[in-house]
Amino acid sequence: MKLGRRTFDIVNYVLLSLMGVACLFPVLHLLAISFSGAAPVSAGEVVIWPKDFTLSAYRFTLQKAEFLTATSVSVLRVILGCSLNMLLTMLIAYPLSKESVLRFRTGYVWYFVFTMLFSGGMIPTYLVVKDLGLLDTIWALVLPGAVPIFNVVLMLNFFRGIPKELEEAAFMDGAGYVSALFRIYAPLSLPVLATTGLFTFVTHWNSWFDGLIYNNSMSHYPLSTYLQTLQVTLNLNNLTAEQVMTFIQVNQQNAKAAQIFLSLVPIIAVYPFLQRYLVQGMVIGGVKE
Amino acid sequence: MLLPGVVLVFIFAYVPMAGAIIAFKKFRPSKGIWNSEWVGWENFRYVFTLPDTMQVIWNTLYISSMKIVTGLVVPIVVAIMLNEVRKLVFKRTVQTLVYLPHFLSWVIIGSILVDMLSPSGGIVNKIIVALGGSPIYFLGSNTWFPFTLVVSNIWKEFGYGTIVYLAAITAINPTLYEAARVDGAGRFRQIWHITLPGMLPVIVLMGVLSLGNVLNAGFEQVFVLYSPAVYDSGDVLDTFVYRLGFIDMQYDVSTAVGLFKSAVSFVLICVSYWLAYRYANYRIF
Repeated sequence: MKLGRRTFDIVNYVLLSLMGVACLFPVLHLLAISFSGAAPVSAGEVVIWPKDFTLSAYRFTLQKAEFLTATSVSVLRVILGCSLNMLLTMLIAYPLSKESVLRFRTGYVWYFVFTMLFSGGMIPTYLVVKDLGLLDTIWALVLPGAVPIFNVVLMLNFFRGIPKELEEAAFMDGAGYVSALFRIYAPLSLPVLATTGLFTFVTHWNSWFDGLIYNNSMSHYPLSTYLQTLQVTLNLNNLTAEQVMTFIQVNQQNAKAAQIFLSLVPIIAVYPFLQRYLVQGMVIGGVKE
Repeated sequence: MLLPGVVLVFIFAYVPMAGAIIAFKKFRPSKGIWNSEWVGWENFRYVFTLPDTMQVIWNTLYISSMKIVTGLVVPIVVAIMLNEVRKLVFKRTVQTLVYLPHFLSWVIIGSILVDMLSPSGGIVNKIIVALGGSPIYFLGSNTWFPFTLVVSNIWKEFGYGTIVYLAAITAINPTLYEAARVDGAGRFRQIWHITLPGMLPVIVLMGVLSLGNVLNAGFEQVFVLYSPAVYDSGDVLDTFVYRLGFIDMQYDVSTAVGLFKSAVSFVLICVSYWLAYRYANYRIF
């Protein structure tokens, strides 16, 4: 019995360590490539430690106009997109959390939730964005996903758990709904605000497909879409001549690795916070009356 | 307060739903959505005469069902393994590492994978050759491509998937374990008779909810990894919709395929939510 338990523990620890390493390995591999010289990389000699250490890939990347433009598009997208998402989430979740006050509450909830269950599809959505004249503007990346329904549900469930008495006291003192939301509900909802905020950030930073279909010109691509065009060896059929040219110019593996790694920096930077709120947010979202 | 949200959702969700009527029209850009002429079910009939269509549907079902099964089993096993760890520092470190891939986009994972799996010089094939095998073209062979999709999907999502099961395990009453130990039950018997039954409601719930994903084989992943060489095994409904629409410019046919997928998925999701509500008392709001 005693021996069995020890074996179990050892096997368990070894397997879990291997899984952890497997999840980290690709990132380390990428990092090593980005700091290595071109020759050892193409010979496949780099594993997780750089060979012929050089910063040239990063120097090349930081001077590349396309990379910098794409980064600035992404930053703008994150700023606009996150603030719009958070504002709308709160503005929708607050009234929907008022069971007895809002008329047709269930109707409104279904109005929003139905869009999670059914969609018009890729082309009809594209046509709407196109007809509104949003192609090649930042708004094409921000407005179609401006209302994140899942976050609304998460926040709505959280708001329901806040005692009504607080709000009623504020109303007595002459506060309106708007100040009740921003001065009572918002400060009390920090965990759920942090969770939804971080998820919104990651979603906006990582999204690339909308950038690909809603922009005709590469100069409007956000970073993740731009990175997607770098690895088109596989998908030459999906590309324009302009994209193929860019691909040929930057087809240095270490330069590519450097660009990918730089794009990961914001994610890695917020990751510790993400992880802290992860479980909390999921548990909160699951709390029902 | 609701107004801005209602308007935006109307424009970007409900107008496209109405726009999906071009699935029943012969779409001419010059005439627009409303003035193009009706053709009834013609676009659907056309799609289902294409030789590719059945293959695409089959690929979708094959890849998604493998993902659903592995997406259930692997996180359950890992959650149980993590729960057996007594050293908290070790447990937290492993958790930190395995959640990470979930937050990387498929573009990034895709380009790392393309390098790592390359038959000439990719690290995975170097290992295979060193062990005496011959290189495998993971992303270019129809035998290996679906397998590569499923494994890379496990890699990305298994850690994140454990969260909900770990939460379920924490909810199990610890006195049950004490009683079992007093009765002489070892590690495995405790897992089998207490941990697993304790997780069962959540397992059933997750299983039922994953039913809604039967037609989702993972668009972004397939899109970044596939190539014409593996269309036979790797082309799925969403990528098919994309190429019909944006490469072949057949807006009406593409919308028809998309609408077919949306409609079937809608029914599946409704059934799964109904089952979840009926048997697990689950409500989303």
